[in-house]
Amino acid sequence: MRTTMTALAGALAAFGTLLATGTTALAAGADLGQAAQQATNWHAIVMFLIFVAGTLGITYWAAKRTKTAADFYAAGGGITGFQNGLAIAGDYMSAASFLGISALVYGSGYDGLIFSVGWLVGWPIILFLIAERLRNLGKYTFADVASYRLGRTPVRTFAATGALVVVIFYLIGQMVGAGQLIKLLFGMEYIYAVIIVGALMMIYVTFGGMVATTWVQIIKAGLLLSGATVIAFGVMYQFGFSFEQLFARAIEVHPKHQAIMSPGTLVSNPIDAVSLGIALMFGTAGLPHILMRFFTVPDAREARKSVFYATGFIGYFYILTFIIGFGAICLVATNPAYLDAVKGGLNLRGGNNMAAIHLAHAIGGDLFLGFISAVAFATILAVVSGLTLAGASAISHDLYASVFMHGKTTEGKEVTVSRYASLGLGVIAVLLGIVFEKQNVAFIVALTFSVAASANFPVLVMSMFWSGLTTRGAVIGGTIGLVTSVVLVVLSKAVWVQSFGYAEPIFPYAYPAIFSMPAAFFFTWLFSVLDNSPRAAKERAAFEAQSIRSETGLGAEGAAAH
Amino acid sequence: MSNTAQNLASAEKIRNNPKFRELVSKRTRFAWTLSAIVLVMYFGFIALIAFNKALLATPLGAGINTTVGFPLGVGVILSAVILTGIYVYRANGEFDELNRQIIEESR
Repeated sequence: MRTTMTALAGALAAFGTLLATGTTALAAGADLGQAAQQATNWHAIVMFLIFVAGTLGITYWAAKRTKTAADFYAAGGGITGFQNGLAIAGDYMSAASFLGISALVYGSGYDGLIFSVGWLVGWPIILFLIAERLRNLGKYTFADVASYRLGRTPVRTFAATGALVVVIFYLIGQMVGAGQLIKLLFGMEYIYAVIIVGALMMIYVTFGGMVATTWVQIIKAGLLLSGATVIAFGVMYQFGFSFEQLFARAIEVHPKHQAIMSPGTLVSNPIDAVSLGIALMFGTAGLPHILMRFFTVPDAREARKSVFYATGFIGYFYILTFIIGFGAICLVATNPAYLDAVKGGLNLRGGNNMAAIHLAHAIGGDLFLGFISAVAFATILAVVSGLTLAGASAISHDLYASVFMHGKTTEGKEVTVSRYASLGLGVIAVLLGIVFEKQNVAFIVALTFSVAASANFPVLVMSMFWSGLTTRGAVIGGTIGLVTSVVLVVLSKAVWVQSFGYAEPIFPYAYPAIFSMPAAFFFTWLFSVLDNSPRAAKERAAFEAQSIRSETGLGAEGAAAH
Repeated sequence: MSNTAQNLASAEKIRNNPKFRELVSKRTRFAWTLSAIVLVMYFGFIALIAFNKALLATPLGAGINTTVGFPLGVGVILSAVILTGIYVYRANGEFDELNRQIIEESR
């Protein structure tokens, strides 16, 4: 059972294994020589420097074009559907999904596909139910939409809190993962790695705003998709482009043999299977940095297109990671040069998250290894930049401008606050990255997606579709979803037992969403129908005007300017 | 802002335009139908993992290594992409044309 949980946790976030790697390297002195060899990964360093130079150049160019609040938050609404589709893919495909899913496939085969499927199926839902309404109603943040006809102060405060909780937890996961990964790939000290990531993301976001962030994400998506394509092509080439041959060889060499061809122990409990499914599917639709991307396109039409392109790119990428995982079984597990001689078995030098990285070396040698390492670094940068910008807008646009200043501020001041907020979030991310270095942060991704599915998603979707929603219902119901999901994760095994050291978890499941999301919907409904205040009556009456705008785009931000 | 006043007048016309009701009901029905398909597909897949692993482990044929689980899993991914394509095709064509007429008639 314990192994199952570890596999699950490691797969989810990739950090578990990365952390284990760190400890192993310290514990096993014999490994240090090899670790030192990895320190001079000059190909990776040079290619990464090229990426940094290029993106800083773009930031300089973007900074000159970023004058208004619309430029800073939404790239002036001038991103095309195709560009935004790539940027969404770049925002969403994290190093954890690239290295983590291929590592999971490498370790247990079919189970990796369960995550790939779960992380993709949220996208059609975003398109069918959310994207165009979000674009038509909002300006810069999803709180614009949630508070469209509701009480500005309470609903924005709640939505901004939900956004910040998701952003900060997600940032912790990304920073710790980044530090471990870079330590491994570039042989750099953990603390310097975390500081470099923090400093670069602050520069991109503070100076270049959404324009720079978008282009960093587009370039990263292009690099990651082409890198993964080359690896997968290399694998399929060796097996005559036949999946049958690939599978036959994998079954032969993998210690689990035939078992890798079907779901294993990853999801053993039906409640957790469904709960994880809910969190992955609906959590995607509640991630603030993803929702924010829909304000960068000129209208609902381009917003829809961007989801189609994004879904295509992300789906293609997940199929590639699957081929990469099987390729690693066949080409990496069979080569002693990549295996951890001390730990034995399938364990890889540097931990199993290195499966895709070693495979890159097996296929394209040192140069390609360097390229893929640099791509993994770029991947993290793109994701943390998107998160930082989303967090900064929640602070400046929602909390500062609307809640504290009651809208009585200038655009210029709001953007200045946003820039300081980006710097502040960067510093917080670095500090949290250092604090959590030695912690098991594998629960973070589960927590992030569960909170997004239980707090942000219910309020957003009900504000768009249900005329009966009132301020009281939204704030109480959403807060219940937020608190329930956080508390249940703390009481679950990942935190209660593994971090706090208690013998038995109080909450017996790994994922809370199956309980916390329905709770949020139920209490939002309950407190809305019980709300007989005059304000509630006005809010219900305002739904029709909102639906005219959300359905037709009449009066939508940016649309009138064209 | 006279823009707002103008929008209010337009909104009034849109409210009374039968095409608006048609657009909303057609598009909403279409969106929820497609959402239901995705939900059934995905949670059906999850249910198989939770309750019937043996089915997913069945090879596609004698002497074949590929199991039923692979085309099913990849099928869910591909269907998700195809369904988004279908929605965008209809929404950016038929629905947007209807929407354009509604906005036009509200001026």
